[in-house]
Amino acid sequence: MMNKSIEELHELLKNKKITSKELIDESLKLSHEVQDKYNAFVTILDNAKEVEVTDNLLSGIPFGVKDNYSTKGVLSTGSSNTLKDYIPFFDATAYENLVNAGAIMVNKTAMDEFGMGGTGTTCHTGIVRNPWDPTRMCAGSSAGSACAVAAGVYPYATGSDTGDSIRKPAAYCGIVGYKPTYGMISRYGLFAFASSLDHLGVLTRSVKDAAIVVDNMKGIDKRDMTSWDSSNINLTNSLTGNTNGKKLCYIKELCNINNYPNASDELKKHLCNFMDKIKLIKDNGILVEEVSVDQTLLNAIASTYVIISCAEATSNMSNLTGLSFGPRGEGNNYIDVIKDHRTKGFSPLIKRRFVIGSYVLQKENQERYFKNAQRVRRLLVDEWKKLFEKYDAVILPVGTGVAKKLDGDADMLSEGTTALEEHLQVGNFGGFPSITIPDGFIDGLPVALNITGNCYDDANVLNIAYKIESLMDYKNQIAKEVK
Amino acid sequence: MSKYYVTIGLEMHCEGSQTNSKVFSPAINGYSDLANSNVVAIDMGFPGILPVVNKEAVRQAIMMASVLHARIPEYMYFERKNYYYPDLPKGYQLTQNPPEECVGNGGYIDIEREDGTTFRVDIDNLHLEEDAAQMEHLYDTSIINYNRAGVPLFELVTTPCLHSADDAVAFLEYVRAIYQYCNISEADSKKGQVRCDVNISISEDDKKLGTKVEIKNVNSFSGVRDAINYEIKRQSSLKDQGRYEEVVQETRRWDEESGTTITMRSKADALDYKYFVEPNIPKYKIDPKWIEDIQNNIPELPYERKEKYLNELGLSSYDATILIKDKSISDYFEECLKLGIDAKEATNWITVNIVGYMNKNDLSLSEIFLTPNMLKFILDNINNGTISSKQAKEVFFKVLEEKKEPSNYISKENAQISDENELENIIDTILLNNPNQIEQYKSGKTNLFDFFVGQVMKETRGKANPIITKELLHKKLD
Repeated sequence: MMNKSIEELHELLKNKKITSKELIDESLKLSHEVQDKYNAFVTILDNAKEVEVTDNLLSGIPFGVKDNYSTKGVLSTGSSNTLKDYIPFFDATAYENLVNAGAIMVNKTAMDEFGMGGTGTTCHTGIVRNPWDPTRMCAGSSAGSACAVAAGVYPYATGSDTGDSIRKPAAYCGIVGYKPTYGMISRYGLFAFASSLDHLGVLTRSVKDAAIVVDNMKGIDKRDMTSWDSSNINLTNSLTGNTNGKKLCYIKELCNINNYPNASDELKKHLCNFMDKIKLIKDNGILVEEVSVDQTLLNAIASTYVIISCAEATSNMSNLTGLSFGPRGEGNNYIDVIKDHRTKGFSPLIKRRFVIGSYVLQKENQERYFKNAQRVRRLLVDEWKKLFEKYDAVILPVGTGVAKKLDGDADMLSEGTTALEEHLQVGNFGGFPSITIPDGFIDGLPVALNITGNCYDDANVLNIAYKIESLMDYKNQIAKEVK
Repeated sequence: MSKYYVTIGLEMHCEGSQTNSKVFSPAINGYSDLANSNVVAIDMGFPGILPVVNKEAVRQAIMMASVLHARIPEYMYFERKNYYYPDLPKGYQLTQNPPEECVGNGGYIDIEREDGTTFRVDIDNLHLEEDAAQMEHLYDTSIINYNRAGVPLFELVTTPCLHSADDAVAFLEYVRAIYQYCNISEADSKKGQVRCDVNISISEDDKKLGTKVEIKNVNSFSGVRDAINYEIKRQSSLKDQGRYEEVVQETRRWDEESGTTITMRSKADALDYKYFVEPNIPKYKIDPKWIEDIQNNIPELPYERKEKYLNELGLSSYDATILIKDKSISDYFEECLKLGIDAKEATNWITVNIVGYMNKNDLSLSEIFLTPNMLKFILDNINNGTISSKQAKEVFFKVLEEKKEPSNYISKENAQISDENELENIIDTILLNNPNQIEQYKSGKTNLFDFFVGQVMKETRGKANPIITKELLHKKLD
């Protein structure tokens, strides 16, 4: 049952062909199987209770919640030892909205510690494995959510996306990952990583499911000053499949195989597949043009992201002292107590990022690093906004290919692929609506493309993605382990 | 006085007590005896919380900036000041920085000295920020009360433009009064609502500033005066001895018990607060119409009231100054006027008796039981002859001490004797018993008149109406 779409499940529930209780039981059973095989969860809620099925499409259907969402009375760790026993006393607004819609949380999904990582390997509960190939990573940070949705535990799980943390794992797991415009979903109750880049969103197996879920998550929230009123936007109803007159562009510098000397076979196949899909899209009446963006600017994406995200993170996570919550450190004075808590609690990766963040914010470095990074961010956003004046959206391949091996062959990356690997971060710089959908396979493993549009244009972006999804065969796919 | 040129700059922190909620959270902004009761998740920095700006606190900040003639920026935003301390649960304080981006930039205020001369204090900036939690350090442990965490805090920074402890205190007292008059804060030092940092240096002349020493967390104005005077003496003495190099740029702490300043940290150990813009509060444009509206609704300020007292009521500058210093006293005075009490009479009772009683017992006006209505009742009883002024004073203090309505102390038994017949009988008896004195009086020793008055008072235990008594005595003796 859990391999079905939200609408299908809703029909079955409405017609009493199945009960909410049965769905929960099945989802919990699958949760335990997926946990054994792929280690996707921090918590499985075996006592999840069914609710009344209403006209809301989400009512009575199980779902997963990324563990950086504050869930009242349910362990919320952010996959960090600093919060390993933290049980919040308030709900994240987005989660509260889903619960009010009748959705039933059955588990909390593992993630890179506080979202700071792109591998799904830095969770305090261990590595999350890819359901298509357990020797590979899911990418991160929404690793558990991507894994569980791809494995068919439920139709959707929530995620958060600061650089590409929804859209990259969605790609590696062959599913849909959507982060709407910044502020469309309230961030209240999401454990902050980098506030100016943090987005909430969802991982699903179809564009329509993504629209349905975000319709229920979004809304202005008086507790988040950056949230905005989207009550006039209904994403689900916007999915008409009518794309007459729509224009897309892709960036030559990122997509042209000639730009990558010594490109691996995988990269060649990935880009070739992407160009095939561009042709398919064109053949179906959507205009797609090639545009050029300054390579220097593209090359600056990754470092701009590192500087801004690390700076904000080091400040955002200064509340983790173990004084009023979290395991109390040992020491004779408050400094030692805080140091001990943080030394024991954080993984080395996070500590490295804190050092970077702290360094770029220091008085003597701030102008050179932090302020310059903000200027480059502005340049990149302006560049993309310029594209949006002419095009409805930018369409690009996600990453350099399929999910990477866990045993680390990072040095096998093709030369000069950093910008291709990290361009999704521009979506966070600008707060743009951005959706990743699967666009093919390489040796049995999924690859994906991404569609990113202008702020507040979510309905248009999703409708284009909906149309493109319908041209391909990867909708609602469940992971099958490759040999 | 020091022979050196003294330069002082002040940072005055005033907690806003007159908003319903805290500056970035919906928790109650109010004093509570129960620790950690006015607290929500935001105040304790729990994971996932976000700040929301309190519009009323911004309104008050804009009003204060306007009173200080400061420039109000086009856009409003906040910065994070990052440092670790247990009283700062988020690990950063939301504040404003740099000066040109603060709610008030530049500006000035003119202050009157007791001798009637005035001086101008230049303002560097006024900014709105959040207060930290309150910590108490016990013998081997420290306790934290988060009630104060997130309370609006207005920080006013002057340029180094002051030159004496007296001027510094006069400035602080006046600004405190403004906070009260604008209904931004009770500005009560006893509640810890006003705290000051003092920057001070000495030099040979006014052309070049000496080494700046900062004194942190001075919690009363008398403390500010003492700290400044102590620091002037300390620095001057070192300079006199040719050891001025021992005055270093550092942060010191005012130690009330010993009456000295003590080194906290040197400039080299100064913290780098790594300021950056708070991303959770979008930079927003302040509506110029709103600013105008705020500026049109600034309440009557202390000097405006003083002017009124001098020109319209004919009070002395000395009395007017005492009345305006504390808004509650000035309000009390104006309430008295409304009840029809004569301005000078009210002034005397308030400045001498009420303020005297408050000072003697270290009370604030809110702790005084006697209301303007009660004062009116007492004064009416003097005027209709029921009690003498001497009795009125006794009633007054009884009301204050025993916290009972004055009517409890004004009764038939102790009422003034104004009945002419009764007084005449008493006077006749006294005259009969003192023939010698009458003789002397009549032969020119007129100062004996007071002797007869005294005798009547003695006989009536002070209850005789003095005016009638004197009239009757004159009639009988002259």
